[in-house]
Amino acid sequence: MSHDHAHHEDGFIKKYLWSTDHKIIGFQYLFTGMALALLGGFFAYAFRMQLGFPGKAVPGYGVVSPNEYNALVTNHGTIMIFWVAMPVLIAAFGNFLIPLMIGCDDMVFPRLNRLSYQIFLLSALVLLASFFVPGGAFGGAWTSYPPLSAKGQYNLTPAGSSLWLVAVALEFVAFLMGGINFVTTVMNSRAPGMKWADIPVVIWMIVLASIIFMASVGPLVAGAVMLLFDQQLGTGFFDPNRGGDPILWQHLFWFFGHPEVYVVLLPAVGIVIDVIAVFSRKKVFAYKTVLYTAFATGILSFFVWAHHQFVAGIDPRMANVFTVTTVLISVPIAEMMFVTIATLYGGSITLSTPMLWALAFVAEFLIGGVTGIFLGSSGSDIYFHDTYFVLAHFHYTFVPIAIIGTFAGITFWFPKMFGKMMDEKLGKAHFWATIIPFNFIFIPLFITGSAGDHRRIYDYTKFPDLARPELQNLRMIATIATVAMLAAQVIFLYNFAKSLMSGKKADKNPWRANTLEWTAPSPPPHGNFAVLPSVYRGPYEYSVPGRKSDYWPQDEPPEGKADAREEAAE
Amino acid sequence: MKPIATTRSVTGIPTGRLAVWWVIASEIVIFGGLLASYVMHRLGHPEFGDYAANTNTWIGAFNTLVLLSSSLSAVLAHQAATRGEGKQAAKLLAFTMLGGLTFAGVKSVEWTIEISHGYVLSTNAFWSFYYTAAGLHALHVIAGVVLMGIVAVDAAKGKELQRVELVGNYWHFVDIVWIFLFPLLYIAK
Repeated sequence: MSHDHAHHEDGFIKKYLWSTDHKIIGFQYLFTGMALALLGGFFAYAFRMQLGFPGKAVPGYGVVSPNEYNALVTNHGTIMIFWVAMPVLIAAFGNFLIPLMIGCDDMVFPRLNRLSYQIFLLSALVLLASFFVPGGAFGGAWTSYPPLSAKGQYNLTPAGSSLWLVAVALEFVAFLMGGINFVTTVMNSRAPGMKWADIPVVIWMIVLASIIFMASVGPLVAGAVMLLFDQQLGTGFFDPNRGGDPILWQHLFWFFGHPEVYVVLLPAVGIVIDVIAVFSRKKVFAYKTVLYTAFATGILSFFVWAHHQFVAGIDPRMANVFTVTTVLISVPIAEMMFVTIATLYGGSITLSTPMLWALAFVAEFLIGGVTGIFLGSSGSDIYFHDTYFVLAHFHYTFVPIAIIGTFAGITFWFPKMFGKMMDEKLGKAHFWATIIPFNFIFIPLFITGSAGDHRRIYDYTKFPDLARPELQNLRMIATIATVAMLAAQVIFLYNFAKSLMSGKKADKNPWRANTLEWTAPSPPPHGNFAVLPSVYRGPYEYSVPGRKSDYWPQDEPPEGKADAREEAAE
Repeated sequence: MKPIATTRSVTGIPTGRLAVWWVIASEIVIFGGLLASYVMHRLGHPEFGDYAANTNTWIGAFNTLVLLSSSLSAVLAHQAATRGEGKQAAKLLAFTMLGGLTFAGVKSVEWTIEISHGYVLSTNAFWSFYYTAAGLHALHVIAGVVLMGIVAVDAAKGKELQRVELVGNYWHFVDIVWIFLFPLLYIAK
């Protein structure tokens, strides 16, 4: 059964803005996320310039005032997590890949899918609107701790702080809808023959991420309502003077906030593992173990949240428990990293652009993971808490996740998404021009953080101990590297646009990969497959001894079995 | 014009039912977070008991009776739908809707009385939790009534009869939340 809609041509709005096609909705998320990434990057540029060259007018922005600085930092973090990492890694890749990789024509609830994007878009618009209200955008950090966030007279952004909350809450609603759709689709709509161990790792990871999100975000949805009431209706949920408790917000926030790290990490790991298998021409090492460790990570992620609150006055005995769970969760994560290395071992490695990104993910995330041990241990965290060491640590996790992992995915699936090949030379230039400055931003910040740089300082010249030239030089290095890394993205945008318009035409399966999306035309039409595929084997049968070709598509019937379908034209 | 994806059922559980279970799972954590916050406050503040004494247990009990009874017709509607009797299912759903509307009506009278006695959202932490938790629940009641209306209109025409069960499942969840709210907000004094 094919979905042939050739008999009526949809107009632009129907086709691209009001579509229920999972691929178009994926692109909507992708392009919205990319646009907001540029904005989040611009914010980073503005406040890094203030830190590197305090008080000087920033080209393209002007002088950064203290209030603007707070708003820029807050919204940089908020945008990069909620409006870049989540929409791109989960929603864009999830929407585009799930039906294609499990061999069906669409999501199970296409209209719910469309609604989820529309609510997401609305949430982004509300966040952008918060910059144009009296008092400006919220500046109380992406964690929005009360009492600062709860009262307009403290945060000086009475309208901005509420719009921020509304935007975040709407974003959660959009992702709950999307998540329910993803999980139900993968559970119920897989191709005939596709058993649980035949599902590609990236799809497993997106599903697990959706479930972790669903199970962790509820308390924060309730918390957001409570905080909104505190701000606007005079309740005192988080006000200690009125019987409330500000620490409660921290629990509600981090009960979600820490699992959220794994919500974005797992899909990135999935992308990386898939890319590494294809470009090593090897079966993924210990596929099932990867899944078990991902389950373990998901479960453990619900028992680590208070490591963000070691200095918030929690019971030291509780701090001990959370130290143990936090250090424990590095075991399954380390296992996943070892799996990628074991998959590489003895493989026929091609250093294509997606493979470079995937390898960089492993190398850079390692630094983020290892520095996390210092922060998960309550003793050392008391010193490091709220310094640039923390900031450098989580950027060494989130940049590999949201930037490096995303580029691995985009460069890998671009041929399938748009039917064109990306330019490899430009791709590699972009890779190096991004990776090198990235390390020059955050390694200096590990050092300034260890020297005592607090995260929330607007101007270090007011602090004689920290205004020393050796520290200021490191801050300048980080700032210049930020500018370089952002400038390098022009190469990507150019490559993206150029390849889209005049790239070499991609055939069905340019990487000679096994998974089902590569059996559909590039780009896949509405309905995806001319004939919906059946599955006969796992997704990673590369270099199987005794076979002429070094890959074995999931939908290729075993030898001797009759195949009613057309042979895939290579 | 549903995609083929919607018609598949690898787990053997119909897609709609599966999705409603996931909706309920995500709702459980929303109410769970709110109620856990309330219970933590309640344990730390013995004076909440005195505030709770000002809630009207009889009105709460009446509403509990109404809401739980309304689930009966939802179950009967499901039965009728499995027999293929769309019209009968729609009628029974209308009874459940009536229960939901009664609940909402009684609640608005109850709140009017409380507000006129000066117990408002911002009076203290107990009343903040009271109005927030019961209000969030009441929104779910109203949403349930609207959903049942939509499902009933289709069911009366014999369309999408499987949805009668789904909206019923959701309605039972709304009941169960109230079973937690009623003792926590009214009885524990």
